[in-house]
Amino acid sequence: MNYDNIISKVALEMKPSGIRKFFDLLDDMEGVISLGVGQPDFMTPWHIRKAGIESLQDGKTFYTSNAGLLEMRCQLSEYLKRRFNLTYEPKGEIVVTVGGSEAIDITMRALVNPGDEVLIPEPSFVCYNPIAKMCGGVPVTLPTYEKDEFKLTPEVLESAITSKSKLLVLPFPNNPTGAIMTKEDLEKIAEVVLKHNLMVLSDEIYAELTYGGKHVSIASIPGMWERTVLVNGFSKAYAMTGWRLGFACGPKPIISQMTKIHQYAIMCAPTTAQYAAIQALKEGDADIEYMANEYDKRRKLVLSELRRIGIHCFEPRGAFYFFPSIKKFGMSSEEFCERLLREEKVAAVPGNAFGDYGEGHIRISYAYSTKNLLEAMKRIEKFIKKIQA
Amino acid sequence: MDSRILTLLEKNAKLTPENIAAMLDISVEEVEKEIKEFENNKTILGYKAIVDWDKVENDKVTALIEVKVSPSKGEGFDKVAERIIAHPEVKSAMLMSGGFDIALTVEGKTMKDIAYFVAEKLSPIESVLSTATHFILKKYKYEDEIFTKEEDERELLEI
Repeated sequence: MNYDNIISKVALEMKPSGIRKFFDLLDDMEGVISLGVGQPDFMTPWHIRKAGIESLQDGKTFYTSNAGLLEMRCQLSEYLKRRFNLTYEPKGEIVVTVGGSEAIDITMRALVNPGDEVLIPEPSFVCYNPIAKMCGGVPVTLPTYEKDEFKLTPEVLESAITSKSKLLVLPFPNNPTGAIMTKEDLEKIAEVVLKHNLMVLSDEIYAELTYGGKHVSIASIPGMWERTVLVNGFSKAYAMTGWRLGFACGPKPIISQMTKIHQYAIMCAPTTAQYAAIQALKEGDADIEYMANEYDKRRKLVLSELRRIGIHCFEPRGAFYFFPSIKKFGMSSEEFCERLLREEKVAAVPGNAFGDYGEGHIRISYAYSTKNLLEAMKRIEKFIKKIQA
Repeated sequence: MDSRILTLLEKNAKLTPENIAAMLDISVEEVEKEIKEFENNKTILGYKAIVDWDKVENDKVTALIEVKVSPSKGEGFDKVAERIIAHPEVKSAMLMSGGFDIALTVEGKTMKDIAYFVAEKLSPIESVLSTATHFILKKYKYEDEIFTKEEDERELLEI
């Protein structure tokens, strides 16, 4: 049977992830030190896990309301005020989702009409482009450059705008670059957004992981609350990736449409995860502080090691990634990563997996023990000494 | 003195002064000076490998021994402990609260060695009232290291 004629065009045309073949290679190797994983190495703090377990013991095994447990939304509202000085009403302005990923999906579904242009900074997380296309939108790439610390500049944004521009995706702190946007940076972006009447999808999943300054949400810039859908989740801040829990906040007319889509596709986010998350929101601030502090120490360690061994790198201020340039070694990022894996057994992710503008870089995650990181750095040092010899 | 240095070294003694300086945002010289100081005043007593002897062929048994002591005049717990730890078989000794007084870990080549130590060296000490010997069968976690599994449980995701 020829399934190609059966499967939808949009699915067929969707580009598979570039990391695939890399992982196939990894499967048959032993003794590999991976710096490839994009998730915390911490386990979910015990008191949060316990709250999930207790909810099961108490028989909380039913659906919740579509938007999520009201108590959870109330706690979220307080959390957003406390941590980011953002104001969202529990009723109507918050929807609890299956991870930040679903929140991104339903935001686009609720906002993008066929033909609308969706402005996506690059390099960035890989889901925005295919989701925009699924909605019939047209992804438009906004390159970010190392010379600008991988920030989105108002000039780049301005130059990409057409009469069809609809939605700006703002993924900061950024995966894979570790770039952040300060209040001043965001104010300049906000001017362009207001001038051209754009909407913003602000993916702030790494908001709790910034180093040397608190994260600022674009929704807190005057005039932007009304045109921003803020997406966040529990995966990175509380080391809860496997619980699959996120949320979206925004103006009621948008959130109500998103909740409608969510209701048909998902019903509601997992109940157990929501009970655990309530505990996280109530008592988890210290856990966030602890983990962010640990990442920061590793960040500084890796930065000093990269500089010592002569790999050029911009200092990331957010998330848990380095995105060093490997241009001077005269290889593509895929070739570099494949050889590094085969010859020295270190797995990193080639930069072009995050878009064409990621070419010439590799992504290194530092969500690993210092022991692992130092061993990996030693191997990378050996590798570049060899290729430079 | 910077106890953050101790926390880092306790977790990974192979960190170099350069590594520690980078992680704590202080100078290498300062780190070196502090470590020297910690070593001199015996805050840092040594650096040793944590070995999983089950991974290699070895003839080694370890026992935990609970010791009840009756301190007498001029012969307090410290004095008794001093006598006990003088034996090289004793690898650790701690004064405890609760049902007994001193906890020992003792190493030998065979169970017989340990029995001999208890019968001939430990019990004869006058202030030692009684002992209870427990042989260690398997180490799951030791010195903050998990012995039974090491691999990263995080599965690879394609994005």
